[in-house]
Amino acid sequence: MSFDEKYTWGFGLIAVAGYGVYLALLLGQVDAAPLTEAAYVPLMLWTIGGAIAAGMLLTILVSMAAPAEANKRDQRDRDINRFGEYVGQSFVVIGGVAALLMAMAEWDHFWIANVIYLCFVLSAVLSSAAKIVAYRFGFHPW
Amino acid sequence: MVKSTRITNAIRALRFARGEMTQAELAERTGVTRQTIIAIEQGRYSPTLEMAFRIARVFGVPLENVFQYPKNEGDGP
Repeated sequence: MSFDEKYTWGFGLIAVAGYGVYLALLLGQVDAAPLTEAAYVPLMLWTIGGAIAAGMLLTILVSMAAPAEANKRDQRDRDINRFGEYVGQSFVVIGGVAALLMAMAEWDHFWIANVIYLCFVLSAVLSSAAKIVAYRFGFHPW
Repeated sequence: MVKSTRITNAIRALRFARGEMTQAELAERTGVTRQTIIAIEQGRYSPTLEMAFRIARVFGVPLENVFQYPKNEGDGP
């Protein structure tokens, strides 16, 4: 498994785990107050920050596990990365358009922020999944 | 993008003919990772034209001795 493939697996898992932690902590506040009044901002910032820190830690750990392969990537890695980012970008656009429409309709900030966050996570997951499928089952750019 | 290819290759046979050259050695001489050589050999990745020429050059043979493409649409890979 190449350095980039290992990182892709880890990045996908971090995205899912980070959002899972956010949702668990957010829904834990539901008993105390309505969902839209939950203190979602610090939770969201901490889980996003935590995911970024976990991504850095992942790079360090993957590099330490196989120092000779650290940051070693070739044409195939670059092709697969570009393909995965292209696939995942669809959710960034969906999130942006959804947030735009919700803002125009004067929805609560809670829902706008959460739709954007959810679409970022879905983008990361879809992008990682597309890359993993390409690594595992084949990729033919021609 | 993720689809099957009709391109076949003789990398395994060429490595065998060159004294069981390892995938790692071929990877080093072509400037790619070992995983990429494995993927090309197993037909899971179609290399760029430049990478294909570099592989052929390592074996010292023309490109078509390394990679083949069926002449007819109905021919399998």
